[in-house]
Parts: sequence; C-alpha cells; structure tokens
Amino acid sequence: MSDLLYVGKNIPRTIEVDKVTGRAIYINDLKRPGMLYGKILYSKYAHAKIKSIDTSKAEKLPGVRAVLSGYTIPDVRVGFLKDQTVLKKGVVRQFRDEVAAVAAISEEIAEEALDLIDVEYEERPAVFDPAEAMKEGAVLIHEVDARGKPITSNIIPLPWKFKAGDIEQGRKDSAYVVKDNLATTWVNQCCMGTSGCVAEFDMNNNLTLYNQTNVPFLDKQRITEYLAAIGLKGKNVRVVNVTVGGSFGTKLDTDIYEFISIQLALKTRKPVKILFSREEEFRALPPRQPARFTIEQGCDKDGRLTFRKCEALLDNGAYTSWGVTTPSVMMMPMSSLYRVPNVSFEATCVYTNNIYCQAMRGYGNPQATFAVEVSMDRLAEKTGIDPAELRLINSNKSGDLTPMRLKITSCGLEECINSVKKSLDWDNKKSKNRKRGLGMASLIHVAGGARVYLSDGHGIMIKVDQNGHVDVLESGTDQGQGSPTVISQIIAESLGFRPEDISLTFGDTGLCLWDAGTHASRHTFMAGNAAIRACESAKRQILQIAVEKMPRLIKNNVKREQKKNPNFLEPELDYDMISDPEKLDIKNRMVFPKAAPDHKYFRFEVSDILRSGLHVGIGESKVVVAEAFYDPPTEMLDREMKGNLSLTYAFGTTGVEVEVDEETGKVTIVNLFAAHDVGKAINPTLVKGQIYGAAYIGAGYALTEEMLVENGRVMNPNFRDYKMLTAKDVIPVEPIIIETDERDGPFGAKGIGEPGLVPTAPAIANAIYDAIGVRINDLPITPEKIITALKEKKKQD
Amino acid sequence: MKNVSVTFTLNGDLVTAEVPATWTLLKTLREYFELTGTKEGCGVGECGACTVIIDGNAVSSCIYPILEVEGTSVTTIEGVADKNGALHPLQKAFLENNGVQCGFCTSGMIMSAKALLDHNPKPTKDQIRTSIAGNFCRCTGYVQIVDSIEKAVEMIKEKK
Ligand code: FES
Ligand code: FES
Repeated sequence: MSDLLYVGKNIPRTIEVDKVTGRAIYINDLKRPGMLYGKILYSKYAHAKIKSIDTSKAEKLPGVRAVLSGYTIPDVRVGFLKDQTVLKKGVVRQFRDEVAAVAAISEEIAEEALDLIDVEYEERPAVFDPAEAMKEGAVLIHEVDARGKPITSNIIPLPWKFKAGDIEQGRKDSAYVVKDNLATTWVNQCCMGTSGCVAEFDMNNNLTLYNQTNVPFLDKQRITEYLAAIGLKGKNVRVVNVTVGGSFGTKLDTDIYEFISIQLALKTRKPVKILFSREEEFRALPPRQPARFTIEQGCDKDGRLTFRKCEALLDNGAYTSWGVTTPSVMMMPMSSLYRVPNVSFEATCVYTNNIYCQAMRGYGNPQATFAVEVSMDRLAEKTGIDPAELRLINSNKSGDLTPMRLKITSCGLEECINSVKKSLDWDNKKSKNRKRGLGMASLIHVAGGARVYLSDGHGIMIKVDQNGHVDVLESGTDQGQGSPTVISQIIAESLGFRPEDISLTFGDTGLCLWDAGTHASRHTFMAGNAAIRACESAKRQILQIAVEKMPRLIKNNVKREQKKNPNFLEPELDYDMISDPEKLDIKNRMVFPKAAPDHKYFRFEVSDILRSGLHVGIGESKVVVAEAFYDPPTEMLDREMKGNLSLTYAFGTTGVEVEVDEETGKVTIVNLFAAHDVGKAINPTLVKGQIYGAAYIGAGYALTEEMLVENGRVMNPNFRDYKMLTAKDVIPVEPIIIETDERDGPFGAKGIGEPGLVPTAPAIANAIYDAIGVRINDLPITPEKIITALKEKKKQD
Repeated sequence: MKNVSVTFTLNGDLVTAEVPATWTLLKTLREYFELTGTKEGCGVGECGACTVIIDGNAVSSCIYPILEVEGTSVTTIEGVADKNGALHPLQKAFLENNGVQCGFCTSGMIMSAKALLDHNPKPTKDQIRTSIAGNFCRCTGYVQIVDSIEKAVEMIKEKK
C-alpha cells in the first residue's frame, strides 16, 4: 500500500475554494425568482387548548401572500410516531408548537403579519418532569395515538429493553459492585448556519426542495408520503442540498418547518423560503436528548466485569423525533464497551410538555458512555485497581462477539488506552497532584455503516468524459466534514486519476442513487466502498478501450516519427503486453502496460485513449460510465435488540489532565489526548479536524453547555447565555491516530465523524474527580456545581 | 419607508447604496450589493459570522447601522483575493490546514484574522486567539483555524 499517491496524504481542501472566497451558496444565500419569505407563529403556552385563531388582520396586510393555520391545511400527521400535525389544531403541547404560518414578500412583512394573528388559548395544566409525567393520574400529553386509539399513559410504548446473560449470576460472581445516578441535559447543536429550506412547485405540482438535509432520500420519501396524504399522490419530490452550514445531527429528521414551507409554496404557487433566526434555532429545533441513568456494575476480585445493569429515563418532550430512538445507540456502549458478560439495559421514554429532541453527533452514545465510564472509574476506585488497568483488563479485542452480537473485527482499543496513558505520563501523575487530576474514558461506535433501515446502501455514479474529467454523483451529503476532498482522493487513487480531475455533486435526489444518509459516521466508509467498486468498473472500461485503440495510436505515432525522419524503422514491439485490460494499468492519468510502465511507445495520456474511443463512427463510440451500490452485509437489530448492525466498529480513548481552582470552581484542561482507531486515515489532517471539532463539542458538553429549560420554555436562546467554548477557551486537543487497517474499510478506513465527542465528557468528569475528590454526576460540570460540592465535602470531612 | 443614500468604498470601488435608514451594513451587503459571502449567524453581534473590515478594523456588520458607513472603506470576504482571483495567504492557508469545515464561520474568521495581520504581521498565538475570540466556529474546535492563521503569517513573511 506504500505506493499510494493520494490516499493517506494531506490533500488540501482546494475543491472547496468557494468557502474561503464567499462564493459558496448556503440556504441563507439562495434566492429563487419570485421567492416569498415564510415565518412561523409559535405557541404562547406549554399546554393549552386553542379556542380560536383569527388570521383576518394578517391576511389584509399589504405584501402578505398567505396565512395558514391548522384549521386551513389538511389534518395530516407527521413525524417518527406520527404524533403531531404540521400546524397545530385544538391543542398546543409545548412552547414550540407551530400554530400558524405566513408567506410574504419580505421577512419584515412576514414578521409583522405574525403579530396580527390573534390566537385565543385556554391554558391547561402541564407536566415537565418525566418522573412526574409517568405517574398515574399525571396530565396526559396526548389523548389518542396515530391510529386514534385512546392513550392512558405518557410512557411511550417503545421496546427499549436489552438483556444478555444473567444479571443475578453476575451479581453473585462479583467481588465489588457500584451503583450510581447520572444525568445529562439538553444541549443545542449550534450549527453556525441556521435551519431553513426553499420549497418550490412547478405547474404540475412536482416539488423541488432546496435543503440542507443529511438524508436527502429519506427526506424525499417522507415528503412524498406527505404530499400523497394531502392529495398530491404520484408527484415527484426532488431534494437538492445547497452548501450546508453544519449539521451535527440536526438534519436527520424532516422538520416541521420543511412541511410548512411546502404548504406555503403550494398555497402561493411561489417559491417560499423559511430561514430560522438564532433564537428560533434554540427554541424550535430539537436538541440533544437528555437522559437520567441509574447504572450498576460489578467485577470479580481480579477486576473482570461481571455484570452491568442500567435503567434510563428519557424526557421525550411533547412529540417524537429521533431523540426517542437514542436508546438503540445507548445499547451499544452499555452492552459492548469493554467485555461484560451479563447486561441489562432498559430505557423509558415519557411524554412531557417540554421541547422534543433529535439527533446530535454521537446520537445516544455520549450520554450512555458518560454513565458507563464514570461507573468504570468508581469501580476502579472500589477495587483499588488503577482505572486505566481496569479498562485494559476488560478491553474489547479483535474477534470478540459482544452480548449485542456485534462482531468486533479490527480493534485498537488497548493501543488507544496505552498511548493515552503514555502521553499523560499516567503512572507518575495519576492522583499525585492536588488540584490537578487525570481521567480517561473510551468508546465504541459504529464505523462501518449502521443498519437502522432495511437498506444501509450507498449509491455512486461516475462518468469519465473524453478529456479525462470525472463527474461523480455522490448520494451522501457534505456538512463540512470534507467529503469532497476525501472521496476525490479515494476515486483518484482507485481510478488512476488526480483529485483535481474530479467534480462531485452531492445529495441531489434528482441525479443521485439511493443513500441511507450521511449519519452514523458512515459516509467515508460507505461512499468510499461504493466509489472503489464503481472505479473498478470505470477503469475496466477505459482499459478495454485502450486494448482496442492503442495499436492504432501506436501506429500513428510511428508514422509521425517516420514523417520527421524517413530513416526511422518501426521498432519491434511486443503487442502482447497491451492485449488484455488485465495487463494494463492507469496511474496519474497515464495508461501503460504493467509489464513495462515506462514503455516509450505503450504509454498514453488517458484522454488520448478516451478520445480515440469516442470519436470513431457509428456503432463503435464508447462512453465511460459506471455505478455501484454498496450495501454491506450487516444485520438489523432483532427483537431482542441484538445484531451486527455495522461492518466494523470504532474504538478510542480520551485522556485528560485538568486543573481545578477550588476557589472559583474553574476547570482548566491542561492536556487532552484523543486516541482513535480510525482504521486508516485517508487524509490525516481532515481526520484530525474531525477529532478536534468533536472533542471541543465534548468539552463544552462536559463543562459549559446547557439549554436552560424552565417550565417548558428555553430561557437562554442566544449565544450570550448559552455558553459555547470560544477560541480563547483553549482546549489543547492532541489527536493520536491509530491505524488498524480495517479489512472491510475503503483502503482500511473506519468512520470517525462522531467518536471524538463520545468519551470527552466522562474523561473530563473523571479527571475532575481525581483533582478534587468530589464527583459531579450531572452535566455540565459548572463552577457553581463544583463549589457547592466542595462545600458539601468540607462539611462532611 | 424613505431610502437614504450612503456612499463608501466597497472592496476598492466607490459605491452608493440607496437603502432604508434602518438597514444594517450586513443587510445592505447581502441584499443591495448581493455580496452574500458575509454571513448571518445570530444577527445580534454575538457570533462573528458577519465580520467585515471597516477602515482597518474588524466589526460585526449585523449591528452596524448603514448610515455610519458613509465615507468609510469596507472590505468583505469577496475583496480578500486579488482582482485576478489569486487567493490571499489566509485563504490558501485555511484550505491547506483544514481551517474550514462547513465554512459558515469562515468569511468572518478570515476577516478577523486579516484585520489582525494587516496591523500586526507577527502576532503571537495568544494574539491570534484573541483576534478570533468573537468568531464562533462549531466545526473545527479552532485548533486548525489558529494553525491556518499561523501558516498564513509564514507565507506572508516569505513573500516579502
Ligand atoms: S451575525 Fe453578526 S455577530 Fe452574529
Ligand atoms: S467551519 Fe463550520 S462553523 Fe466554522
């Protein structure tokens, strides 16, 4: 593999030059002819009956083109559990409930029109605590389900129960047991580009949705179903992504604003843009799912894990998006991070009048790993075994079949733990220094696709024109991770071209093949594998043309020489060398025989070959086009929530050194080493970029970030009060790249989009404990919580 | 609403905007001049996505009243590469060192960094971090942005 020209190299992101020159078009920048601006009116109450809506004044405002409410559009249910309508009718169940919407010729007029809509409410009692909401007699958030059947409890009937082995046996086998309560809260994805889309119908009622989704094809599917339900059956939906200003999971569902823009566009016959303000982004976009855990873990006297039992309580909010499915991912670390024979995990999701949740980088993994890894540290303390050692004793290994039936292929976990240990000088520094502390945490995550739908496939199409330019129709999306560069490296390498020969179109459902979505850290793995297969086919086609046309090109060259020099004798040439595509190869755009790569007569620029294949009379012309659809041999989770849903898994360990100021409670991260088994780094600089970015969001998750939700209302919907880390909060992340050369990965690569975030918070939490001897078990670990906990401790001492 | 007329230098050209007096510089740039490279991430002066340079200083254009722009010289991301399209060292460095991911913060980042380098061609790491402290980036964790700016400093030095 050492003769790779592009894979493994730090190829710059030149392909994205539009982003550094202000030319890239984001949804904010997109303007369609005649476009109107849509705005949404939200509920004034967390729970209320809508007594009446009067839109007449708003309709009369000059410049307003449409005003819609739940009473004027079809009553069609949408969402993961179909538990809401696009605009609400009868009842509102949270502050972000969409009550009415306006389209107008300017944003200002649309805003003004919202103020003119009169809604009369009758407030209802509300419930905001999931533990309260699950009690008998609690206020019911929904009275009927999607099928109209009465609902008698706020507990959502979802099967989040996982059992493997025998917990009671595990308990008996334990020499030590720890039990803890931990909690994580709402955090916002904070994409710098806010949410939005432009919906546009043609005169045949086919829809184009300019969007920034992660899942163009699922988006298309959901919208197609919605259109059918409102009487537009059989109409085409084309989802086209513009440049995406960050995602971090926000664009996994089809959000309500997308349906609203569609309704407004349908009503006005004009393109309609909805673009969220930052405040809306905080109030009306589903954030990360919070969770409360009770986790119990045991080990024998040698430190070998005996059992792990965890119960989770999830505040679902008023409706259901992907947040409620995070337990399916929580099961992965719960069952499979470290070797543990007996596992039980159960999650209860409960409706409340709070905001509902969605996906965010890592899905449920950061929440669950926080619980598992803090518990591991507690267990280490109880046994007296060094926490790093305890993790090594229980480390996953290549060839393992975990209780969830995950098949561990390559596994760099031990190497990750050891390299972090070494970098931190763990053995010398651990627990030695007052106010300074060390902590670590590891992770397991899907890294070879994630079969959450029946198809986990990814399609790719490649065409090579007669000048040797390669156009790629790539079904995934790029939200900033650098796929245009990475995928062009893989294609250049596989096809024998250069990255600059390649243009890519992403995520356009009108052009590209199916893809399950750019989520679950699956894109490089899936698109890479699909690309390699498509390139094999394209290359074979080019070499077939070469076999057919090369002899003539050679003859022409000889003739040309003879013209220049009449004494030139045709050399004796071994045409057998070029008689079969198998005997030829392409590198750096040159086609040549493998037997003699530098052959004077048998070496051609690829465009010479391609042109000679195209410009040749009727019936003989050839174009080069190839497609591949890669769907890995993985399993859906079965009824017991078991199955090998990914072809390979990512492992990693974050080790942190912190300093805590006991007066102010301020935590400074002195060192942060993030070791990740990435299989193979296709582009090391870009891999590091994923790790830096993820670790930094993880540090915010640990220390500062928190959506303050009081009685259902988001109290800090702006960057002043929602504390993201800035460039001045230096998080000295040092990525350590471990390459395990995954046999099923493209050039050995595994996914790395999410892993960097996952173990960051528990590593920091464990380091803080090592520094000050108190544990804060609910995120974020703010200075106030530290000071309070230290005071408590002093009292007790 | 009555429009006002504001004359200023925009990326080297003398221009006049006829816009409502209530407009901000950001809105004028994006809607009147169709220079959409300058982004709005918050609209209230808290994120730096809208940063432009006015008379040598980095400012948030989303809270900068258009009336105050009269007679000034404004540079936006569209005016950073030279007229022939050759990239500024900062732009090159951001591409080469992964200083850009989704790119939404990038215009503002580059403008803040450019304002720094124009004044101070040899900034320390700390000065670099301070210059972009008001520019939020959710993708990069800032490390490779700081790297990019440091590399640009070197490129500028070598050119001289
Ligand atoms: S858009 Fe101006 S500071 Fe955020
Ligand atoms: S690159 Fe995405 S916000 Fe900075």
